[in-house]
Amino acid sequence: MNEASTMGDARTLAAIRAQSVQPASTDEASIAEAARRRVRRRKVLVQSTRLAVLVVVVGGWQLFTDRKIVDPFFFGQPSGIVLKLVDWVEHGTAYGSLWLQIGVTMKEALLGFAYGTGAGIVLGVLLGQIPFLADVIGPFIKVLNAIPRIVLGSIFVVWLGFGTTSKVLLAAVLVFFVVFFNAFQGVREVDRNLVANVRVLGASRAQTVRHVVLPSAVVWIIASLHVAFGFAIIGAIVGEFLGAQQGLGLVISTAQNNFDPNGIFAAMLLIAVVALSAEGLISQLEKRLLSWRPGTQTEVAGL
Amino acid sequence: MSFRQPLPRTADESAAPRSAAAGGAAPASAPQDRSRIELVGVTKRFVSPTGAAMTALRDVDFVVEPGQFCAVVGPTGCGKSTTLTMVAGLDRPTAGVVRVGGAVVDGIPDSTSFMFQHDALLPWKSVLQNVALGPRFRGESKASALGRAREWLHVVGLSGFEDHHPHQLSGGMRKRATLAASLISEPSILLMDEPFGALDVQTKAIMSNELLTLWERTRPSVIFITHDLEEAVALADRVVVMTAGPGTVKAVYDIDLPRPRGAVQEIRFDSRFLELHQRIWESLREEVERAYARTGRTAGTATTGTEGGRP
Repeated sequence: MNEASTMGDARTLAAIRAQSVQPASTDEASIAEAARRRVRRRKVLVQSTRLAVLVVVVGGWQLFTDRKIVDPFFFGQPSGIVLKLVDWVEHGTAYGSLWLQIGVTMKEALLGFAYGTGAGIVLGVLLGQIPFLADVIGPFIKVLNAIPRIVLGSIFVVWLGFGTTSKVLLAAVLVFFVVFFNAFQGVREVDRNLVANVRVLGASRAQTVRHVVLPSAVVWIIASLHVAFGFAIIGAIVGEFLGAQQGLGLVISTAQNNFDPNGIFAAMLLIAVVALSAEGLISQLEKRLLSWRPGTQTEVAGL
Repeated sequence: MSFRQPLPRTADESAAPRSAAAGGAAPASAPQDRSRIELVGVTKRFVSPTGAAMTALRDVDFVVEPGQFCAVVGPTGCGKSTTLTMVAGLDRPTAGVVRVGGAVVDGIPDSTSFMFQHDALLPWKSVLQNVALGPRFRGESKASALGRAREWLHVVGLSGFEDHHPHQLSGGMRKRATLAASLISEPSILLMDEPFGALDVQTKAIMSNELLTLWERTRPSVIFITHDLEEAVALADRVVVMTAGPGTVKAVYDIDLPRPRGAVQEIRFDSRFLELHQRIWESLREEVERAYARTGRTAGTATTGTEGGRP
């Protein structure tokens, strides 16, 4: 390598460096500022595209039904849905105030969710801890799981009547299986090392369950709760469908009988809002309970 | 990185080199005998789910005198860890007996601590709560357990990290926390299964020094499993060499290097150290090569050393 070419190399290098420096200064503050700006721009873009999608879908629906290209009698109309909601809020439904309907359905779903989750965790942990019990009861649970459980709703209405109890039970049964299988799996996936360690430290069986088995199964159980709450609402609504005196399910089935698609869509919208807020609460709970986990926050944010 | 508390026991013991065969210079008293570990004809067979029996250990005999630091070395898969789980009472021998303090082990003995290869800190508890677990399980009040845990964290140099969760600590810090958790109940027996195996060389050296310093404070009997012979010789009073599986005791060497040993990095250059290392390595090498040849054959190459197969 001769002197001239080394000089040439150095010069080109300097030129390249100067070029890359020129457009933006490279000090840390401005790099951070640029990165922040990029993130902000992306956020705005995502939000505005979402809004555009919503406008196109709802607006298109409104437009097509307005122009009678699509029959509003069968397909409803966004404006009709809004009017229906306003009507329910102002004058109540056929079965009492709107809030009462929402309250009844929520009560059924929440009670069912609580019982189902409780039973699922208790039985899941028991069976996970006692292999003999798991071997004996396992096949029965599999058979029960294979039954389309929605059908049980009919039996529960026959047994327990049109009151809320039959809906709570249906919701609880639906929730139970989801939580049970996760709790069971979670208990069996417990790190053997951790169990051996606390045993050597002097933990009793109960202490092992409390300090090791349950906290490690919580990861699995919490994951199942998202799905389980959806099932609780399905249980409550279907139960009301099958026969009830109050509740959003009854409101929907009445709207169906009256050929009132706006009513069905309005009730659907209400249920979606309820389910989403419950989902938010469960995510909060998840964040709280799993705060010890590295990277939990990003996982939740990613969803 | 050193301990911030005065270490009371080291000064008077530094004068006399300890004869390991005699069971250490620690004053023999009644509670000391509780920490004698004895393995007599211990055999362990496992039956695989397909019904095939596998012998992991065959007729293992060795003794760890009270207050002695005993290292067990051997090739991978020779049943070192199995030996340890039986001393801990987590598993039972198929034949033979394990005695701790003269009594046959048939459950988890009191006053035994176990340090596992992988850190067994509960990830959902803070470092402080983790260290306080042992005392809590043994019925100590919460306030007192947490107070002592705080002191022990200070001893291992983790003050200020009490409320961190294990995943927020480095590997070495997690080992310190585990060490504190193992020592807080002042065990008379400390079982360690390659505790520093996953650490980098420098952290490992630091942790070895700290372990020795802490061990000198209360002098529990230690069984320390490793496949690092240098580590074994630098730390232990007695080195047990095991054969390639099924494992049995091939030879026992007493290490007469004086205590306290000081930095393990420096003792490696001591001529006595090198001599002992050389002798034990002669014995261990055969086993390592046998074990390696076995895995080599299954992988299709029947070489023994790194380049031993080449003419």
